[in-house]
Amino acid sequence: MIDESIDKSLRWVDDRLGVAKGGRTFLDKIFPDHWSFMLGEIALYSFVVLLATGVFLSLYYVPSAHEIIYNGSYIPLRGQRVSEAYASSVGLSFDVRSGLLMRQAHHWAADIFLGSIAVHMARVFFTGAFRKPREFNWIVGVTMLILGIVNGFLGYSLPDDLVSGTGIRIAYSIVESIPLVGSYIAFFLFGGNYPGNGLIIPRFFILHVLIIPLVIIGLLAAHLGLLVKQKHTQFAGKGKTEHNVVGSPMFPTFMAKTTGFLFMVTAVIFLLAGFAQINPIWQFGQYEPYQISYAVQPDWYMGWLDGALRIMPSWEWVGWGHTIPLEIFLPAVIFPGIIFNIFFAWPFLEARHTKDLAYHNLLDRPRDRPKRTAAGAAMLMLLGMTFFASSTDVMANFFELPLKSVLWFFRIAVVVTPIIAYVVTYKICLEMRAAEGIGKRKRAVIVTRSSTGEYSTTEAEPRPGDGQEELEAVPVPTFIDLVPPELATGEGVRRVMR
Amino acid sequence: MSDESPRLEGPLPPAALDDPHLQPYARHPGAAQAVAAVAMVVGFLGFVGFGVAYWVSASNQWQAITLGVGLLALGFGVTAWGKYLMPQGPFVEERHEFHSTEAERAAMTAAITERGGMVVKRRGLLFGLFGLGATAMGIVLAFPLIRSLGPRPGTTLFQTNWKKGSQLVTIDGRQVTADDLEVGGVLTVFPRGYQGSSPNQVILIRLADQLQQLTPPGRTDWGVLGYVAYSKMCTHLGCPVGLYQEQTQQLVCPCHQSIFNVVAGAVPEFGPAPRPLPQLPITVDAHGFLRAKGDFNQPVGPGFWERP
Repeated sequence: MIDESIDKSLRWVDDRLGVAKGGRTFLDKIFPDHWSFMLGEIALYSFVVLLATGVFLSLYYVPSAHEIIYNGSYIPLRGQRVSEAYASSVGLSFDVRSGLLMRQAHHWAADIFLGSIAVHMARVFFTGAFRKPREFNWIVGVTMLILGIVNGFLGYSLPDDLVSGTGIRIAYSIVESIPLVGSYIAFFLFGGNYPGNGLIIPRFFILHVLIIPLVIIGLLAAHLGLLVKQKHTQFAGKGKTEHNVVGSPMFPTFMAKTTGFLFMVTAVIFLLAGFAQINPIWQFGQYEPYQISYAVQPDWYMGWLDGALRIMPSWEWVGWGHTIPLEIFLPAVIFPGIIFNIFFAWPFLEARHTKDLAYHNLLDRPRDRPKRTAAGAAMLMLLGMTFFASSTDVMANFFELPLKSVLWFFRIAVVVTPIIAYVVTYKICLEMRAAEGIGKRKRAVIVTRSSTGEYSTTEAEPRPGDGQEELEAVPVPTFIDLVPPELATGEGVRRVMR
Repeated sequence: MSDESPRLEGPLPPAALDDPHLQPYARHPGAAQAVAAVAMVVGFLGFVGFGVAYWVSASNQWQAITLGVGLLALGFGVTAWGKYLMPQGPFVEERHEFHSTEAERAAMTAAITERGGMVVKRRGLLFGLFGLGATAMGIVLAFPLIRSLGPRPGTTLFQTNWKKGSQLVTIDGRQVTADDLEVGGVLTVFPRGYQGSSPNQVILIRLADQLQQLTPPGRTDWGVLGYVAYSKMCTHLGCPVGLYQEQTQQLVCPCHQSIFNVVAGAVPEFGPAPRPLPQLPITVDAHGFLRAKGDFNQPVGPGFWERP
């Protein structure tokens, strides 16, 4: 029977690797049941989709700036001189069966990957999940966020179309703006003055498909490994303490739910890939350094940097025979540098401020830490405003306002709105803490109107989910009767579940 | 950690199988199973549909809807199975503090400081020499890794291929004559032999004659017959300054909306660009062809440290 053969195989493996004890601990690992824990899963599963679709794309994409005459099936481009990178990207979209689906799925998955990381990070931040002992995992996570943004930009650049080429041009100028060494780094990176001698496409390619994904996979393994080692945090609730985890076991409940979720995340990505066009490179045309398109915005996760570049005043520092292009260096190097360093340092800054050195396995409700919540709201407002500032031209057109007014709006808003967000959030937190019972899930009530027009309410029957709250949490049953330790001979008696 | 786990400490009560924690979450397991089964069948059909769509080379939309429905329905079925038909719990797992005992920590520190200190302190010379060798290795290996990547900037950023007498040609290599543009027209030009080159790109604009006279003092003869030529590289981040607004004689960079006033010497009037667009002095030769009178008056493009 199947049970016997599983038993036999396991014994065979366990004789050699000793996996039974650790393996069962792993199968019994408890996952708290809360929707906000699925945000990180979205990031994980969109990364799985990125790897799978990326492998597909890499079989057709040609990382070369070498110029050829386009002769594929997209008629408007026929006969034009294009790079092999561009021709192969267009070919992937039109001449490879399912190619367009895979390409668009890859692009959507990248946008969803970074979006879910951002929301996951916000959840971890606002609930204080980064506190001792999880500072390492916070740092690993922020590093993956940065690498994800970088790799998104690199991948976006690979098709060598007019929009992405302009992005590379801007990236070159940002590198060049670094005082003292900027022009050297830019020349080394590109193999010469912009646009270099065709080296940037193969270099970006190998970074995009090998080096950075490898680092991300390593960090991802560390992220999940630390999660298993340190166990999940959980929200306070019945039977939940700092010293336990309450929820569903890895096997079978969580495994089933998370497998289903993997399928559903993948489904959403592929439905978007089929019905929401993204990055139609054949419309943009081959990148040429002297051509440009209008109203072009980068992918969403670069928006905050582009917005910061737009609203920065033209302060170039010139003196002692040198130039520091502060109008580039401040918004595109110093600004993200400060932001990411705040991210990295936050767990330590907060611990220093609160003098709280205890272990924390129970999560905060955001209102219970008004200062942290307010600071997070201010940061979101700052990044949100710089993000929207990357569309000044589109907004000026859409609202029929002078570009100057839109620009000045954002210059002021980027300073003022985070302060407002801080104060308002802080006040809301205090108000919510003062009110009893806010945020608690209430039992549904049934309102009945009698024939005489009288209203009465009765409590509804508990829903399936409510029943779970009633039960006391117990350890996962083992289905095995252990002989009391003092009589143990090492043999357990297995009870088969029917 | 696992061997301290309390769940292994004694036998479970024989009633474990009747434990309400092991009962499914659904009140009507039969109905839940039916829903999950229908979902999985739909999922299966979705995947079959994708196979067919692929086989017949159906459109992107057909491929996406079949694959998407397959994944969504199968995912829904598996999730429903997990959520409604598996042991409802809740289950609990104890946490264990993972820090080591004080003795283990002390032993670890001692292993490094005492044992390590013993060999390092007594053999300081070897330790120093090893450090020297390792540092030298690090430095010299950085050369092939970094220095080989590209040339040094040298004077590249300070000059372009425009020379006295360079012909202005279009991207196709056609030579530009004084009759090519109407007043208000613009054209992207390059020095012959460098068509399409980034640092050499020039935007040639034909102004009305009286407007050309407004160019900055000392540059009145840099244009000819209303033609003026400026570097097309934005001084902000190097994007092509491709939009010309004829009525206001302004050049607009579509990337970050820097605006340059052409008649005032392409000075920035708005946006993040810090400097005017460098001007290319041009003239017309005896055959009516436009030619450069020299290189730009300044290095082109964005700022960098070595720029004076």
